[in-house]
Amino acid sequence: MQLFQQGEPGPAVKTKSRRDGNGKSATEPRPRRSRRVASRNSGSAAQEALDPAPAGDASEKKTGSVRKRETAESMARRQREISVAEFFQKNRHLLGFDNPAKALLTATKEAVDNSLDACEEAGILPGLEIAIEEMSEDRFRLSITDNGPGIIRAQIPKIFGKLLYGSKFHVLRQSRGQQGIGISAAGMYSQLTTGQPLRILSRTSARKPAHYFEIQIDTTRNEPKILTDRETEWDRSHGTRVEMELAGTYKKGRRSVDDYIIQTTLANPHAEVHYHPPKGDDFHRDRLTSELPREPQAIKPHPHGVELGALLSMLRDTRARSLKGALQTDFSRVSAKVADEICHMAGLDPESRPRSLKLPQVEALFRAIPKVKIMNPPTHCIVPIGEELILGGLKQMVPAEFFTSSTRPPAVYRGNPFTVEVGMAYGGGLPAEELVDLWRFANRVPLQYQQSACAITRAVTGTDWKHYGLQQSKGAIPAGPMVLFVHMASVWVPFTSESKEAVAAYPEILRELKLALQECGRRLGSFLRHRRRVEDAEKKKSYIRLYIPHIGIALKEILGLSDKEESKVVEVLTDTLERTRKIE
Amino acid sequence: MASETVRRIETTATNVHKTILKQNKPSLRFPMRSLSNVKYDPKRGHFEMRGRHKVRTLTVSTVKTFAQTLRMMALSKELVEHEDIATKREAYYVSKNWEEARFLEQPESDAVMDDVEALFEVNREQLGFVPEEKGGEVSGKLVIVDRDSETKKPLRIDCTKFGSGAYSIPISVEHLKFETDARFILVIETAGMFQRLVKHKYWKSANCVLVSMGGVPTRACRRFIRRLADARQIPVYVFVDGDPYGISNIYRTLKVGSGNAAHLNEYFCVPQARYLGITPQDIVDYKLPTHPLKDVDVKRATDAIKNDPFFQHHKEWVRAVEQLLKMGVRAEQQALAKWGLNYVIEKYLPEKLAHPQRFLP
Repeated sequence: MQLFQQGEPGPAVKTKSRRDGNGKSATEPRPRRSRRVASRNSGSAAQEALDPAPAGDASEKKTGSVRKRETAESMARRQREISVAEFFQKNRHLLGFDNPAKALLTATKEAVDNSLDACEEAGILPGLEIAIEEMSEDRFRLSITDNGPGIIRAQIPKIFGKLLYGSKFHVLRQSRGQQGIGISAAGMYSQLTTGQPLRILSRTSARKPAHYFEIQIDTTRNEPKILTDRETEWDRSHGTRVEMELAGTYKKGRRSVDDYIIQTTLANPHAEVHYHPPKGDDFHRDRLTSELPREPQAIKPHPHGVELGALLSMLRDTRARSLKGALQTDFSRVSAKVADEICHMAGLDPESRPRSLKLPQVEALFRAIPKVKIMNPPTHCIVPIGEELILGGLKQMVPAEFFTSSTRPPAVYRGNPFTVEVGMAYGGGLPAEELVDLWRFANRVPLQYQQSACAITRAVTGTDWKHYGLQQSKGAIPAGPMVLFVHMASVWVPFTSESKEAVAAYPEILRELKLALQECGRRLGSFLRHRRRVEDAEKKKSYIRLYIPHIGIALKEILGLSDKEESKVVEVLTDTLERTRKIE
Repeated sequence: MASETVRRIETTATNVHKTILKQNKPSLRFPMRSLSNVKYDPKRGHFEMRGRHKVRTLTVSTVKTFAQTLRMMALSKELVEHEDIATKREAYYVSKNWEEARFLEQPESDAVMDDVEALFEVNREQLGFVPEEKGGEVSGKLVIVDRDSETKKPLRIDCTKFGSGAYSIPISVEHLKFETDARFILVIETAGMFQRLVKHKYWKSANCVLVSMGGVPTRACRRFIRRLADARQIPVYVFVDGDPYGISNIYRTLKVGSGNAAHLNEYFCVPQARYLGITPQDIVDYKLPTHPLKDVDVKRATDAIKNDPFFQHHKEWVRAVEQLLKMGVRAEQQALAKWGLNYVIEKYLPEKLAHPQRFLP
């Protein structure tokens, strides 16, 4: 709350950002304005940097050397609106830009998400080129080029230069992006760390020219600032290229950009991906299928998922003239009968004008909804990857011995339809001694961070893997040579934060996750049991061959058999035992 | 006897050989070695086998033990033919030459040896195997006639002349002869109590032979007492701790043998033994300090009256063990020291020995 009341940036801001735990920010270039203020008061700024006093105190000190009581009027002068862009500039960790390694990953991820969403919406099989060049040890140039529909000239600045601008927030439909923050936040991070603008190249058709833009974000007004806008040549007939320079760190291994790209190809078997990493060989993956995923349908909200605030604004904005009509037209699965029932339960007249309802009445309505039995929302809006394509992707990418996958039928949490899919790759060249590699996905997007906060992890640790032949410490991820692929698709994935790294643990979601994990677990169990049986039989066979010669030796010693008689004993007995073993 | 053992080994091996050549799975027939397969015959005075057997057929899961048993038989035949002996430990080391069939720990080889012993219904000395274990010390009015191992001349050992030490019972006692006019043999559980009685020359005043068992008596110790008692027709009185271990493990094993080697009990038992103390009633009569029975004690005592044919046969014993269980306590021999260190010599033993007919069977 305090953030929105801070009128004056300056030392107070600096103290605040330190207290957010954003220690690294001190070494990075600061926005011009606050740097100027800081240098003007460098003495007290240094002092306050050491002093963890609340931001309010710091502002008081700055106002004057003599302590002066605030009045409502003086406070009012300093109270003004904070732009969303400014808010996120100071809280970039919320969006996944909290450290250099993560920043490079997040920027890549946001651009790739947008490209894939755009291609699919336009019905184009996605072809992506991702290139990361190392400018210096901690500075990279990232470019993502797609073959999507392109963006018309007028929209380019808004999409890339304005936070919370997008087409997906107001629609309940399965998509990668949700809020319209991602790519512009990446651009802002780039601008903050290198001072370079976003460079956009886009073309919508062969008959039209390509447009080249250089854009910065005016963080105070949350508006794009266009540096360059010109027509240009491009060898593609349609598509978009986004290029940015940013501070970051490139590393290999878990949670690396490389890992993210591999996982993205797994979750998007219909995409062709070419990746040029800063170091090492290029990675290329042809698409596994040339069929686009079925187009996800947008649905109206289901009454069981609506919150009081949303209900209030829906009733205010509705075009229907009666409450009953509003319920029927603005929600899914509300028939005339169900609408009557809700009104009756709430003690409201079905014919009352929606806009005339007062807060207590809307609250009554809100409390009445859960008491009425309403059909589950339609589930055709959910598009899973599918068991076969998950299996195909794992087989292509993971050097394992056993593969299986399972897609659950759609289910519903809080009125939102969703479905859960699990893929499993076991054995082969995977490391046997380590914990199982858990790959989490939400709407085909790999989730790299906050593993422990995620419902998917909870479902995995809450499953008894010992039952299926894996080792597992209590309440931990199982150990063994395995990659576990878990995907949740929904019209609205309930993330625990804006950076979209962990799925919230609704009971219905946990239940579906566990069921899918258990199904794959059972198959793994029977595979392992069968393998053990074969191994045991082999062991028994060698066991027989190990000890029977000693029976020959003993009989030879006791009865004085000849060498020939001795080998006869061994031969006949081996035969007898192996014969009966098969019958057993 | 030696050739008889060899003959039995050869017969068994021949049967195994023939069965194999007929493309069948050979098997060996062992008497069951457990309490459930023994009966108590009061006339013969020891545990006898009921005659139940287990058949070990050569299969995938028994192939290792089967091979080891046959190799142990081969070793035994060699020992007997060459009139040599091997201790259990030595036999275990011999097996180290058997490659995959070798024993990893001595208990494994001991178990196979016990199997072979039971298989031929002989004792292991007859198979050429001698135990490591030795136990039993003797002091008192007894002259033992042994043989000098070099000169083969008789060697007279006077058990009154060991001073504060004692004669120790050898592994094999079959060749010993005895000269004594002692009134009885007093067999004692603990070395500590034995020491006290030796120190004060109790054997002199009571005119007896003292034997210390040091826990559960070894086969040699049991055999020694049995031969001495038989040779001179003298009674055997047993003085152990008043607890389920003293009663059920030590006294019972001495008197009627063990369930584990029932085929040998005929030789390794002392049917004339009687239980002097500490009885459960002694705990009451002499107001002895006690300790509570532990869970294992309770289990052992309950087992004795429920499953052990010896105790079940004697009503007096069932009553005594029930009394102990009811009191829920146990008392050691040395508890008598509460009334003075030599109370046991001056009061307890004379009082008890005045009425041998009251001893428990």
